[in-house]
Amino acid sequence: MISVNWRAMSAIYRFELARFFRTVGQSLATPVITTSLYFVVFGAAIGGRMGEIDGVSYGAFIVPGLIMLAVLTESINNAAFGIYFPRWTGTSYELLSAPVSPIEIVCGYVGAAATKSMILGFVTLATARLFVPIEILHPGWMIGFLALTAVSFCLFGFIIGIWAQSWEQLSVIPMLVVTPLTFLGGAFYTIDMLPGVWQTVALFNPIIYLVSGFRWSFYGNADVAVGISLAATMGFLCLCLAIVSWIFRTGYRLKQ
Amino acid sequence: MRNILEIDGLCKTYASGLQALKPIHLSIREGEIFALLGPNGAGKTTLIGLVCGLLRASGGTVRVGGFDHASDYRQARALIGLVPQELATEMFETPMAAMRFTRGLFAKPPNQRLIEELLRGLSLWDKRSDRIQTLSGGMKRRVMIAKALAHEPRLLFLDEPTAGVDVELRRDMWALVRGLRERGVTIVLTTHYIEEAEEMADRIGVINKGELVLVDDKSALMRKLGSKRLTLHLQQPLPELPTELAAWSLNLIDQGNAFEYVFDINAGNNRIPELLNRINSLGIGIRDLSTEQSSLEDIFVSLTRREAA
Ligand SMILES: Nc1ncnc2c1ncn2[C@@H]1O[C@H](COP(=O)(O)OP(=O)(O)OP(=O)(O)O)[C@@H](O)[C@H]1O
Ligand SMILES: [Mg+2]
Repeated sequence: MISVNWRAMSAIYRFELARFFRTVGQSLATPVITTSLYFVVFGAAIGGRMGEIDGVSYGAFIVPGLIMLAVLTESINNAAFGIYFPRWTGTSYELLSAPVSPIEIVCGYVGAAATKSMILGFVTLATARLFVPIEILHPGWMIGFLALTAVSFCLFGFIIGIWAQSWEQLSVIPMLVVTPLTFLGGAFYTIDMLPGVWQTVALFNPIIYLVSGFRWSFYGNADVAVGISLAATMGFLCLCLAIVSWIFRTGYRLKQ
Repeated sequence: MRNILEIDGLCKTYASGLQALKPIHLSIREGEIFALLGPNGAGKTTLIGLVCGLLRASGGTVRVGGFDHASDYRQARALIGLVPQELATEMFETPMAAMRFTRGLFAKPPNQRLIEELLRGLSLWDKRSDRIQTLSGGMKRRVMIAKALAHEPRLLFLDEPTAGVDVELRRDMWALVRGLRERGVTIVLTTHYIEEAEEMADRIGVINKGELVLVDDKSALMRKLGSKRLTLHLQQPLPELPTELAAWSLNLIDQGNAFEYVFDINAGNNRIPELLNRINSLGIGIRDLSTEQSSLEDIFVSLTRREAA
Protein backbone atom coordinates (compact mmCIF):
# COMPACT_ATOMS: atom_id res chain seq x y z
CA MET A 1 0.00 0.00 0.00
CA ILE A 2 1.97 3.00 1.23
CA SER A 3 5.60 2.91 2.21
CA VAL A 4 5.74 6.40 3.63
CA ASN A 5 2.69 8.18 4.95
CA TRP A 6 3.57 11.59 3.52
CA ARG A 7 0.10 12.92 4.14
CA ALA A 8 0.36 12.21 7.83
CA MET A 9 3.71 13.91 8.10
CA SER A 10 2.49 16.95 6.29
CA ALA A 11 -0.76 16.96 8.29
CA ILE A 12 1.19 17.03 11.56
CA TYR A 13 3.62 19.59 10.19
CA ARG A 14 0.93 21.94 8.96
CA PHE A 15 -1.22 21.46 12.05
CA GLU A 16 1.69 22.46 14.28
CA LEU A 17 2.75 25.39 12.13
CA ALA A 18 -0.83 26.64 12.02
CA ARG A 19 -0.71 26.86 15.80
CA PHE A 20 2.47 28.92 15.53
CA PHE A 21 1.10 31.31 12.95
CA ARG A 22 -2.11 31.81 14.88
CA THR A 23 -0.06 33.35 17.65
CA VAL A 24 2.81 34.59 15.54
CA GLY A 25 2.87 37.99 17.25
CA GLN A 26 3.25 36.44 20.68
CA SER A 27 5.69 33.82 19.46
CA LEU A 28 8.03 36.38 17.98
CA ALA A 29 7.59 39.21 20.45
CA THR A 30 9.45 37.46 23.26
CA PRO A 31 12.68 36.72 21.37
CA VAL A 32 12.67 40.14 19.70
CA ILE A 33 12.26 41.93 23.00
CA THR A 34 14.84 39.71 24.70
CA THR A 35 17.39 40.26 21.97
CA SER A 36 16.81 43.99 22.04
CA LEU A 37 17.35 44.02 25.80
CA TYR A 38 20.59 42.09 25.44
CA PHE A 39 21.80 44.63 22.95
CA VAL A 40 20.87 47.56 25.10
CA VAL A 41 22.63 46.05 28.10
CA PHE A 42 25.57 44.15 26.60
CA GLY A 43 25.99 45.82 23.26
CA ALA A 44 25.60 49.46 24.24
CA ALA A 45 26.04 49.75 28.01
CA ILE A 46 28.81 47.23 28.55
CA GLY A 47 30.03 46.60 25.02
CA GLY A 48 31.25 50.17 24.66
CA ARG A 49 33.86 49.43 27.31
CA MET A 50 34.75 45.96 26.03
CA GLY A 51 36.76 46.74 22.95
CA GLU A 52 37.04 44.30 20.09
CA ILE A 53 37.36 40.54 20.27
CA ASP A 54 39.32 38.97 17.43
CA GLY A 55 38.79 42.10 15.40
CA VAL A 56 35.02 42.14 15.87
CA SER A 57 33.17 44.73 17.94
CA TYR A 58 31.68 43.27 21.13
CA GLY A 59 28.16 44.08 19.98
CA ALA A 60 28.66 42.08 16.80
CA PHE A 61 30.58 39.36 18.65
CA ILE A 62 27.61 38.40 20.80
CA VAL A 63 25.13 38.20 17.89
CA PRO A 64 25.77 34.55 16.93
CA GLY A 65 25.63 33.50 20.57
CA LEU A 66 22.36 35.33 21.10
CA ILE A 67 20.79 33.73 18.07
CA MET A 68 21.95 30.31 19.25
CA LEU A 69 20.51 31.01 22.67
CA ALA A 70 17.14 31.95 21.22
CA VAL A 71 17.10 28.99 18.85
CA LEU A 72 18.13 26.51 21.53
CA THR A 73 15.54 27.63 24.02
CA GLU A 74 12.73 27.91 21.52
CA SER A 75 13.57 24.56 19.93
CA ILE A 76 13.36 22.76 23.21
CA ASN A 77 10.23 24.56 24.35
CA ASN A 78 8.38 24.27 21.06
CA ALA A 79 9.10 20.64 20.49
CA ALA A 80 8.48 19.65 24.11
CA PHE A 81 5.17 21.48 24.16
CA GLY A 82 4.18 20.18 20.72
CA ILE A 83 4.15 16.54 21.80
CA TYR A 84 3.32 17.04 25.47
CA PHE A 85 0.13 18.92 24.74
CA PRO A 86 -1.66 16.09 22.89
CA ARG A 87 -0.49 13.70 25.58
CA TRP A 88 -1.92 15.97 28.22
CA THR A 89 -5.26 16.55 26.50
CA GLY A 90 -5.50 12.89 25.51
CA THR A 91 -5.70 13.52 21.77
CA SER A 92 -2.54 11.49 21.28
CA TYR A 93 -4.82 8.45 21.04
CA GLU A 94 -5.34 9.43 17.45
CA LEU A 95 -1.64 9.44 16.67
CA LEU A 96 -1.25 6.02 18.21
CA SER A 97 -4.21 4.57 16.35
CA ALA A 98 -3.33 6.06 12.96
CA PRO A 99 -1.30 4.27 10.30
CA VAL A 100 1.69 6.47 11.05
CA SER A 101 5.17 5.21 11.75
CA PRO A 102 7.22 6.64 14.63
CA ILE A 103 9.64 8.22 12.17
CA GLU A 104 6.79 10.04 10.49
CA ILE A 105 5.51 11.32 13.82
CA VAL A 106 8.96 12.59 14.74
CA CYS A 107 9.48 14.19 11.33
CA GLY A 108 6.14 15.98 11.59
CA TYR A 109 6.58 17.34 15.10
CA VAL A 110 10.31 17.97 15.03
CA GLY A 111 10.16 19.37 11.51
CA ALA A 112 7.48 21.87 12.51
CA ALA A 113 9.25 22.86 15.72
CA ALA A 114 12.56 23.24 13.90
CA THR A 115 10.94 25.39 11.23
CA LYS A 116 9.55 27.66 13.93
CA SER A 117 12.89 28.05 15.65
CA MET A 118 14.66 28.72 12.36
CA ILE A 119 12.16 31.47 11.61
CA LEU A 120 12.83 32.76 15.07
CA GLY A 121 16.58 32.62 14.53
CA PHE A 122 16.27 34.74 11.42
CA VAL A 123 14.00 37.21 13.17
CA THR A 124 16.56 37.49 15.96
CA LEU A 125 19.27 38.05 13.37
CA ALA A 126 17.21 40.78 11.74
CA THR A 127 16.62 42.41 15.12
CA ALA A 128 20.33 42.32 15.88
CA ARG A 129 21.01 43.87 12.50
CA LEU A 130 19.14 46.96 13.67
CA PHE A 131 21.71 47.48 16.42
CA VAL A 132 25.01 46.46 14.89
CA PRO A 133 26.42 45.88 11.42
CA ILE A 134 26.87 42.17 10.84
CA GLU A 135 28.82 40.32 8.21
CA ILE A 136 28.35 36.66 7.43
CA LEU A 137 31.41 35.07 5.89
CA HIS A 138 29.95 31.62 5.31
CA PRO A 139 26.17 31.98 4.89
CA GLY A 140 25.81 28.35 3.79
CA TRP A 141 27.47 27.08 6.93
CA MET A 142 25.55 29.59 8.99
CA ILE A 143 22.24 28.17 7.82
CA GLY A 144 23.65 24.65 8.11
CA PHE A 145 24.63 25.13 11.74
CA LEU A 146 21.33 26.80 12.51
CA ALA A 147 19.35 23.95 10.97
CA LEU A 148 21.44 21.29 12.64
CA THR A 149 21.08 22.95 16.02
CA ALA A 150 17.35 23.50 15.56
CA VAL A 151 16.78 19.87 14.60
CA SER A 152 18.99 18.45 17.37
CA PHE A 153 17.41 20.49 20.11
CA CYS A 154 13.90 19.96 18.79
CA LEU A 155 14.60 16.24 19.08
CA PHE A 156 15.85 16.86 22.59
CA GLY A 157 12.69 18.84 23.34
CA PHE A 158 10.59 16.04 21.84
CA ILE A 159 12.22 13.61 24.27
CA ILE A 160 11.46 15.91 27.18
CA GLY A 161 7.87 16.26 25.98
CA ILE A 162 7.49 12.49 26.03
CA TRP A 163 9.29 12.01 29.32
CA ALA A 164 7.40 14.72 31.20
CA GLN A 165 4.44 13.66 33.32
CA SER A 166 3.47 17.17 34.39
CA TRP A 167 3.83 20.77 33.35
CA GLU A 168 6.49 21.22 36.04
CA GLN A 169 8.61 18.42 34.63
CA LEU A 170 8.17 19.92 31.20
CA SER A 171 9.93 23.10 32.25
CA VAL A 172 12.41 21.70 34.75
CA ILE A 173 15.05 20.49 32.29
CA PRO A 174 15.17 23.67 30.24
CA MET A 175 15.30 25.67 33.49
CA LEU A 176 17.82 23.61 35.43
CA VAL A 177 20.07 22.31 32.71
CA VAL A 178 19.76 24.21 29.52
CA THR A 179 19.62 27.82 30.70
CA PRO A 180 22.85 27.61 32.76
CA LEU A 181 24.55 25.71 29.97
CA THR A 182 23.63 28.32 27.41
CA PHE A 183 24.84 31.16 29.59
CA LEU A 184 28.08 29.30 30.21
CA GLY A 185 28.16 28.35 26.56
CA GLY A 186 30.38 31.13 25.31
CA ALA A 187 27.69 33.42 23.93
CA PHE A 188 29.19 36.43 25.67
CA TYR A 189 32.91 35.57 25.74
CA THR A 190 35.56 33.39 24.16
CA ILE A 191 36.87 30.43 26.07
CA ASP A 192 40.34 31.93 26.44
CA MET A 193 38.81 34.80 28.40
CA LEU A 194 38.02 32.29 31.16
CA PRO A 195 40.48 31.64 33.99
CA GLY A 196 42.70 28.52 33.59
CA VAL A 197 40.82 25.50 34.87
CA TRP A 198 37.45 26.83 33.70
CA GLN A 199 38.65 26.66 30.15
CA THR A 200 38.87 22.88 30.53
CA VAL A 201 35.52 22.71 32.29
CA ALA A 202 33.92 24.74 29.52
CA LEU A 203 35.03 22.17 26.97
CA PHE A 204 32.61 19.72 28.56
CA ASN A 205 29.74 22.04 27.80
CA PRO A 206 28.29 20.90 24.47
CA ILE A 207 26.86 24.32 23.78
CA ILE A 208 30.35 25.83 23.52
CA TYR A 209 30.80 23.88 20.31
CA LEU A 210 27.56 25.08 18.80
CA VAL A 211 28.19 28.70 19.57
CA SER A 212 31.78 28.49 18.45
CA GLY A 213 30.93 26.84 15.16
CA PHE A 214 28.08 29.23 14.54
CA ARG A 215 30.25 32.27 15.30
CA TRP A 216 32.87 30.94 12.92
CA SER A 217 30.31 30.99 10.11
CA PHE A 218 29.87 34.70 10.77
CA TYR A 219 33.36 35.99 11.43
CA GLY A 220 35.74 33.15 10.63
CA ASN A 221 37.04 32.97 14.21
CA ALA A 222 36.36 30.05 16.48
CA ASP A 223 37.22 28.84 19.98
CA VAL A 224 37.49 25.29 18.82
CA ALA A 225 38.11 23.91 15.35
CA VAL A 226 35.00 23.99 13.18
CA GLY A 227 35.33 20.30 12.45
CA ILE A 228 35.06 19.55 16.16
CA SER A 229 32.06 21.83 16.48
CA LEU A 230 30.37 20.04 13.65
CA ALA A 231 31.24 16.64 15.06
CA ALA A 232 29.94 17.59 18.51
CA THR A 233 26.66 18.84 17.07
CA MET A 234 26.27 15.73 14.97
CA GLY A 235 27.09 13.60 17.99
CA PHE A 236 24.33 15.26 19.98
CA LEU A 237 21.93 14.79 17.08
CA CYS A 238 22.75 11.09 16.91
CA LEU A 239 22.33 10.70 20.66
CA CYS A 240 18.87 12.27 20.49
CA LEU A 241 17.96 10.09 17.50
CA ALA A 242 19.02 7.02 19.43
CA ILE A 243 16.90 7.98 22.42
CA VAL A 244 13.89 8.72 20.23
CA SER A 245 14.15 5.39 18.48
CA TRP A 246 14.41 3.67 21.84
CA ILE A 247 11.28 5.50 22.98
CA PHE A 248 9.29 4.20 20.07
CA ARG A 249 10.70 0.71 20.28
CA THR A 250 9.68 0.35 23.89
CA GLY A 251 6.60 2.55 23.77
CA TYR A 252 8.06 4.43 26.73
CA ARG A 253 5.42 6.73 28.25
CA LEU A 254 3.40 6.47 25.07
CA LYS A 255 1.90 3.03 25.32
CA GLN A 256 1.28 1.11 28.49
CA MET B 1 -19.86 -14.18 6.42
CA ARG B 2 -16.39 -12.68 6.38
CA ASN B 3 -14.77 -11.65 9.64
CA ILE B 4 -13.46 -8.13 9.68
CA LEU B 5 -11.75 -8.60 13.01
CA GLU B 6 -10.17 -11.70 14.43
CA ILE B 7 -8.80 -11.64 17.94
CA ASP B 8 -6.81 -14.63 19.02
CA GLY B 9 -5.48 -15.12 22.52
CA LEU B 10 -5.19 -11.39 23.11
CA CYS B 11 -4.34 -10.60 26.72
CA LYS B 12 -3.07 -7.74 28.80
CA THR B 13 -1.30 -7.43 32.11
CA TYR B 14 -0.62 -3.85 33.16
CA ALA B 15 2.73 -2.78 34.59
CA SER B 16 1.02 -2.74 37.99
CA GLY B 17 0.69 -6.52 37.66
CA LEU B 18 -3.05 -6.35 37.19
CA GLN B 19 -4.28 -8.83 34.62
CA ALA B 20 -6.92 -6.71 32.96
CA LEU B 21 -7.61 -9.11 30.12
CA LYS B 22 -7.29 -12.87 30.10
CA PRO B 23 -6.61 -14.46 26.70
CA ILE B 24 -9.56 -13.53 24.51
CA HIS B 25 -10.78 -15.14 21.32
CA LEU B 26 -13.33 -13.17 19.39
CA SER B 27 -14.35 -12.66 15.78
CA ILE B 28 -16.37 -9.73 14.56
CA ARG B 29 -18.34 -10.25 11.37
CA GLU B 30 -18.27 -7.72 8.60
CA GLY B 31 -21.28 -5.44 8.74
CA GLU B 32 -22.59 -6.31 12.18
CA ILE B 33 -23.16 -4.24 15.27
CA PHE B 34 -21.47 -5.90 18.17
CA ALA B 35 -22.12 -4.73 21.72
CA LEU B 36 -19.63 -5.37 24.43
CA LEU B 37 -21.29 -5.34 27.80
CA GLY B 38 -19.63 -5.46 31.16
CA PRO B 39 -19.45 -3.76 34.53
CA ASN B 40 -16.92 -1.04 35.39
CA GLY B 41 -13.37 -2.27 35.16
CA ALA B 42 -14.32 -5.39 33.20
CA GLY B 43 -11.70 -4.72 30.53
CA LYS B 44 -13.77 -3.28 27.68
CA THR B 45 -11.61 -0.22 27.15
CA THR B 46 -8.48 -2.32 27.53
CA LEU B 47 -9.67 -4.64 24.76
CA ILE B 48 -10.38 -1.74 22.43
CA GLY B 49 -7.07 -0.08 23.30
CA LEU B 50 -5.19 -3.24 22.38
CA VAL B 51 -6.95 -3.65 19.06
CA CYS B 52 -6.48 0.01 18.12
CA GLY B 53 -2.81 0.15 19.04
CA LEU B 54 -3.06 2.39 22.12
CA LEU B 55 -1.80 -0.33 24.41
CA ARG B 56 0.86 -3.00 24.11
CA ALA B 57 -0.54 -6.48 24.20
CA SER B 58 1.00 -9.01 26.57
CA GLY B 59 0.23 -11.73 24.07
CA GLY B 60 -2.01 -12.84 21.24
CA THR B 61 -2.72 -11.66 17.71
CA VAL B 62 -5.23 -9.36 16.07
CA ARG B 63 -6.15 -9.35 12.40
CA VAL B 64 -8.15 -6.53 10.87
CA GLY B 65 -9.57 -7.19 7.42
CA GLY B 66 -7.01 -9.97 7.13
CA PHE B 67 -4.05 -7.74 8.06
CA ASP B 68 -2.02 -8.44 11.14
CA HIS B 69 -2.24 -5.37 13.34
CA ALA B 70 1.43 -5.50 14.28
CA SER B 71 3.26 -6.46 11.09
CA ASP B 72 0.79 -4.81 8.65
CA TYR B 73 -0.19 -2.02 10.98
CA ARG B 74 -0.71 0.53 8.24
CA GLN B 75 -3.27 -1.51 6.36
CA ALA B 76 -4.89 -2.73 9.56
CA ARG B 77 -5.20 0.67 11.20
CA ALA B 78 -6.41 2.39 8.08
CA LEU B 79 -9.59 0.32 8.42
CA ILE B 80 -10.28 1.33 12.01
CA GLY B 81 -11.99 4.36 13.48
CA LEU B 82 -12.03 4.96 17.22
CA VAL B 83 -14.12 7.09 19.52
CA PRO B 84 -12.53 6.66 22.94
CA GLN B 85 -14.39 6.73 26.21
CA GLU B 86 -12.71 9.87 27.50
CA LEU B 87 -13.42 13.21 25.88
CA ALA B 88 -10.22 14.40 24.23
CA THR B 89 -10.28 17.08 21.58
CA GLU B 90 -7.95 19.61 20.05
CA MET B 91 -9.36 22.39 22.20
CA PHE B 92 -7.96 25.32 20.26
CA GLU B 93 -8.82 24.02 16.83
CA THR B 94 -12.05 24.10 14.87
CA PRO B 95 -14.00 20.92 14.11
CA MET B 96 -13.17 21.43 10.45
CA ALA B 97 -9.42 21.68 11.03
CA ALA B 98 -9.48 18.73 13.41
CA MET B 99 -11.20 16.56 10.82
CA ARG B 100 -8.78 17.56 8.08
CA PHE B 101 -5.96 16.64 10.41
CA THR B 102 -7.43 13.20 11.03
CA ARG B 103 -7.86 12.55 7.33
CA GLY B 104 -4.26 13.48 6.80
CA LEU B 105 -3.05 11.20 9.56
CA PHE B 106 -4.85 8.32 7.90
CA ALA B 107 -3.24 9.14 4.56
CA LYS B 108 -6.52 10.09 2.90
CA PRO B 109 -6.66 12.88 0.32
CA PRO B 110 -8.68 15.96 1.31
CA ASN B 111 -12.41 15.55 0.81
CA GLN B 112 -14.34 18.64 1.73
CA ARG B 113 -17.65 17.14 0.65
CA LEU B 114 -17.35 14.18 2.99
CA ILE B 115 -16.38 16.41 5.90
CA GLU B 116 -19.35 18.65 5.25
CA GLU B 117 -21.66 15.66 5.05
CA LEU B 118 -20.38 14.27 8.35
CA LEU B 119 -20.58 17.61 10.13
CA ARG B 120 -24.11 18.17 8.88
CA GLY B 121 -25.08 14.64 9.82
CA LEU B 122 -23.92 15.27 13.37
CA SER B 123 -25.53 18.74 13.57
CA LEU B 124 -22.13 20.37 13.82
CA TRP B 125 -22.14 22.30 10.59
CA ASP B 126 -23.00 25.58 12.33
CA LYS B 127 -20.08 25.04 14.67
CA ARG B 128 -17.57 24.08 12.03
CA SER B 129 -15.46 27.19 12.49
CA ASP B 130 -15.80 27.57 16.26
CA ARG B 131 -13.06 26.58 18.59
CA ILE B 132 -13.82 23.11 19.94
CA GLN B 133 -13.14 24.53 23.40
CA THR B 134 -16.34 26.57 23.14
CA LEU B 135 -18.59 23.61 22.32
CA SER B 136 -20.71 21.73 24.84
CA GLY B 137 -19.73 18.29 26.09
CA GLY B 138 -22.23 16.52 23.83
CA MET B 139 -21.02 18.50 20.85
CA LYS B 140 -17.43 17.62 21.67
CA ARG B 141 -18.37 13.97 21.70
CA ARG B 142 -19.95 14.40 18.29
CA VAL B 143 -16.78 16.07 17.06
CA MET B 144 -14.91 12.98 18.17
CA ILE B 145 -17.32 10.79 16.25
CA ALA B 146 -17.01 13.00 13.19
CA LYS B 147 -13.23 12.71 13.45
CA ALA B 148 -13.38 8.95 13.81
CA LEU B 149 -15.43 8.79 10.62
CA ALA B 150 -13.37 11.33 8.71
CA HIS B 151 -11.12 8.69 7.20
CA GLU B 152 -13.98 6.39 6.16
CA PRO B 153 -13.18 3.44 8.43
CA ARG B 154 -14.65 0.00 7.80
CA LEU B 155 -14.66 -0.87 11.48
CA LEU B 156 -15.72 1.65 14.08
CA PHE B 157 -15.13 1.33 17.80
CA LEU B 158 -17.42 3.35 20.02
CA ASP B 159 -16.37 3.18 23.64
CA GLU B 160 -19.46 4.17 25.58
CA PRO B 161 -20.75 6.57 22.95
CA THR B 162 -23.82 7.52 24.93
CA ALA B 163 -22.38 7.92 28.41
CA GLY B 164 -23.42 11.29 29.76
CA VAL B 165 -25.42 12.14 26.69
CA ASP B 166 -29.00 13.36 26.75
CA VAL B 167 -31.87 11.23 25.53
CA GLU B 168 -32.25 13.06 22.27
CA LEU B 169 -28.59 12.80 21.40
CA ARG B 170 -28.68 9.14 22.30
CA ARG B 171 -31.49 8.60 19.80
CA ASP B 172 -29.48 10.51 17.21
CA MET B 173 -26.49 8.36 17.97
CA TRP B 174 -28.47 5.20 17.50
CA ALA B 175 -29.80 6.48 14.20
CA LEU B 176 -26.28 7.35 13.16
CA VAL B 177 -24.99 3.90 14.05
CA ARG B 178 -27.77 2.26 12.07
CA GLY B 179 -27.06 4.51 9.12
CA LEU B 180 -23.42 3.52 9.25
CA ARG B 181 -24.30 -0.11 9.32
CA GLU B 182 -26.43 0.35 6.25
CA ARG B 183 -23.37 1.74 4.52
CA GLY B 184 -21.50 -1.42 5.45
CA VAL B 185 -19.51 -0.15 8.43
CA THR B 186 -18.98 -2.69 11.16
CA ILE B 187 -19.51 -1.32 14.64
CA VAL B 188 -18.23 -2.47 17.99
CA LEU B 189 -19.66 -0.51 20.87
CA THR B 190 -19.37 -0.79 24.58
CA THR B 191 -22.10 0.30 26.85
CA HIS B 192 -23.47 0.10 30.34
CA TYR B 193 -26.99 0.62 29.08
CA ILE B 194 -28.45 -2.76 28.45
CA GLU B 195 -31.36 -1.30 26.56
CA GLU B 196 -28.85 0.15 24.18
CA ALA B 197 -27.35 -3.24 23.40
CA GLU B 198 -30.83 -4.69 23.19
CA GLU B 199 -31.94 -1.97 20.84
CA MET B 200 -28.88 -1.83 18.62
CA ALA B 201 -26.81 -4.94 18.59
CA ASP B 202 -26.85 -7.96 16.32
CA ARG B 203 -24.54 -9.80 18.63
CA ILE B 204 -23.56 -9.30 22.20
CA GLY B 205 -20.46 -10.17 24.15
CA VAL B 206 -20.39 -10.05 27.91
CA ILE B 207 -17.06 -9.37 29.52
CA ASN B 208 -16.42 -9.62 33.22
CA LYS B 209 -13.16 -9.42 35.13
CA GLY B 210 -11.13 -9.61 31.95
CA GLU B 211 -12.91 -12.67 30.65
CA LEU B 212 -15.28 -12.93 27.76
CA VAL B 213 -18.00 -14.89 29.49
CA LEU B 214 -20.37 -15.09 26.62
CA VAL B 215 -20.79 -14.18 22.96
CA ASP B 216 -24.00 -14.80 21.12
CA ASP B 217 -26.61 -13.44 18.76
CA LYS B 218 -28.81 -11.13 20.70
CA SER B 219 -31.98 -13.01 19.88
CA ALA B 220 -30.40 -16.40 20.55
CA LEU B 221 -29.04 -15.06 23.78
CA MET B 222 -32.37 -13.84 24.90
CA ARG B 223 -33.94 -17.10 23.88
CA LYS B 224 -31.26 -19.23 25.42
CA LEU B 225 -31.02 -17.53 28.72
CA GLY B 226 -34.39 -15.93 28.71
CA SER B 227 -37.02 -16.66 31.22
CA LYS B 228 -40.59 -15.47 31.21
CA ARG B 229 -42.60 -14.13 34.03
CA LEU B 230 -46.29 -14.94 34.34
CA THR B 231 -48.28 -12.70 36.60
CA LEU B 232 -51.72 -13.81 37.75
CA HIS B 233 -53.85 -11.09 39.25
CA LEU B 234 -56.30 -12.40 41.82
CA GLN B 235 -59.90 -11.38 42.40
CA GLN B 236 -59.43 -11.57 46.17
CA PRO B 237 -56.17 -10.95 47.99
CA LEU B 238 -54.66 -13.93 49.82
CA PRO B 239 -52.91 -13.70 53.17
CA GLU B 240 -50.35 -16.31 52.16
CA LEU B 241 -49.42 -18.73 49.43
CA PRO B 242 -51.57 -21.88 49.53
CA THR B 243 -49.36 -24.92 50.32
CA GLU B 244 -51.01 -26.77 47.45
CA LEU B 245 -49.12 -24.49 45.07
CA ALA B 246 -45.70 -25.01 46.67
CA ALA B 247 -44.54 -27.20 43.77
CA TRP B 248 -44.39 -24.17 41.44
CA SER B 249 -42.35 -21.94 43.77
CA LEU B 250 -44.58 -18.95 43.16
CA ASN B 251 -44.21 -15.58 44.74
CA LEU B 252 -47.12 -13.81 46.29
CA ILE B 253 -46.72 -10.20 45.28
CA ASP B 254 -48.61 -6.95 45.26
CA GLN B 255 -49.85 -7.34 48.86
CA GLY B 256 -51.35 -10.73 48.17
CA ASN B 257 -53.14 -9.56 45.04
CA ALA B 258 -51.07 -11.52 42.52
CA PHE B 259 -48.98 -14.64 41.95
CA GLU B 260 -45.74 -14.35 40.10
CA TYR B 261 -44.42 -17.39 38.27
CA VAL B 262 -41.01 -17.32 36.59
CA PHE B 263 -40.37 -20.08 34.09
CA ASP B 264 -37.75 -21.02 31.55
CA ILE B 265 -39.09 -20.60 28.03
CA ASN B 266 -36.77 -23.31 26.79
CA ALA B 267 -37.92 -25.93 29.23
CA GLY B 268 -40.01 -28.58 27.47
CA ASN B 269 -42.81 -28.36 29.98
CA ASN B 270 -43.53 -25.07 31.63
CA ARG B 271 -46.28 -26.62 33.81
CA ILE B 272 -48.58 -23.67 33.26
CA PRO B 273 -51.71 -25.68 32.38
CA GLU B 274 -51.29 -27.74 35.56
CA LEU B 275 -50.81 -24.58 37.56
CA LEU B 276 -53.96 -23.02 36.18
CA ASN B 277 -55.93 -26.24 36.79
CA ARG B 278 -54.74 -26.43 40.38
CA ILE B 279 -55.61 -22.78 41.03
CA ASN B 280 -59.02 -23.38 39.52
CA SER B 281 -59.60 -26.43 41.64
CA LEU B 282 -58.67 -24.43 44.73
CA GLY B 283 -61.39 -21.96 43.85
CA ILE B 284 -59.06 -18.99 43.54
CA GLY B 285 -60.49 -16.46 41.10
CA ILE B 286 -58.18 -14.95 38.46
CA ARG B 287 -58.96 -11.40 37.33
CA ASP B 288 -56.23 -11.00 34.74
CA LEU B 289 -52.91 -12.40 33.62
CA SER B 290 -49.82 -11.11 31.87
CA THR B 291 -46.51 -12.50 30.72
CA GLU B 292 -43.24 -10.70 30.33
CA GLN B 293 -40.01 -11.70 28.62
CA SER B 294 -36.91 -11.14 30.73
CA SER B 295 -34.66 -8.43 29.42
CA LEU B 296 -30.98 -8.52 28.67
CA GLU B 297 -30.52 -6.73 31.92
CA ASP B 298 -31.75 -9.76 33.83
CA ILE B 299 -29.50 -11.98 31.76
CA PHE B 300 -26.58 -9.73 32.32
CA VAL B 301 -27.09 -9.45 36.03
CA SER B 302 -27.48 -13.18 36.39
CA LEU B 303 -24.34 -13.82 34.35
CA THR B 304 -22.10 -11.43 36.19
CA ARG B 305 -23.48 -12.56 39.51
CA ARG B 306 -22.83 -16.16 38.68
CA GLU B 307 -19.26 -15.21 37.83
CA ALA B 308 -18.86 -13.44 41.11
CA ALA B 309 -20.13 -16.42 43.05
N1 LIG C 1 -3.29 2.32 32.74
C1 LIG C 1 -3.65 1.38 33.59
N2 LIG C 1 -2.79 0.89 34.50
C2 LIG C 1 -3.15 -0.08 35.35
N3 LIG C 1 -4.37 -0.63 35.39
C3 LIG C 1 -5.28 -0.18 34.50
C4 LIG C 1 -4.97 0.84 33.55
N4 LIG C 1 -6.07 1.07 32.81
C5 LIG C 1 -7.01 0.25 33.26
N5 LIG C 1 -6.56 -0.51 34.28
C6 LIG C 1 -7.31 -1.54 35.01
O1 LIG C 1 -7.70 -2.54 34.10
C7 LIG C 1 -9.01 -2.99 34.40
C8 LIG C 1 -9.88 -2.87 33.19
O2 LIG C 1 -10.06 -1.51 32.89
P1 LIG C 1 -10.88 -1.01 31.63
O3 LIG C 1 -10.69 0.45 31.52
O4 LIG C 1 -10.53 -1.84 30.48
O5 LIG C 1 -12.38 -1.34 32.09
P2 LIG C 1 -13.75 -1.01 31.36
O6 LIG C 1 -14.44 -2.30 31.14
O7 LIG C 1 -13.53 -0.16 30.19
O8 LIG C 1 -14.51 -0.22 32.51
P3 LIG C 1 -15.53 1.02 32.38
O9 LIG C 1 -16.85 0.44 32.08
O10 LIG C 1 -15.50 1.61 33.74
O11 LIG C 1 -15.02 1.94 31.34
C9 LIG C 1 -9.48 -2.18 35.59
O12 LIG C 1 -9.31 -2.95 36.74
C10 LIG C 1 -8.56 -1.00 35.61
O13 LIG C 1 -8.35 -0.55 36.91
MG1 LIG D 1 -14.06 1.71 29.68
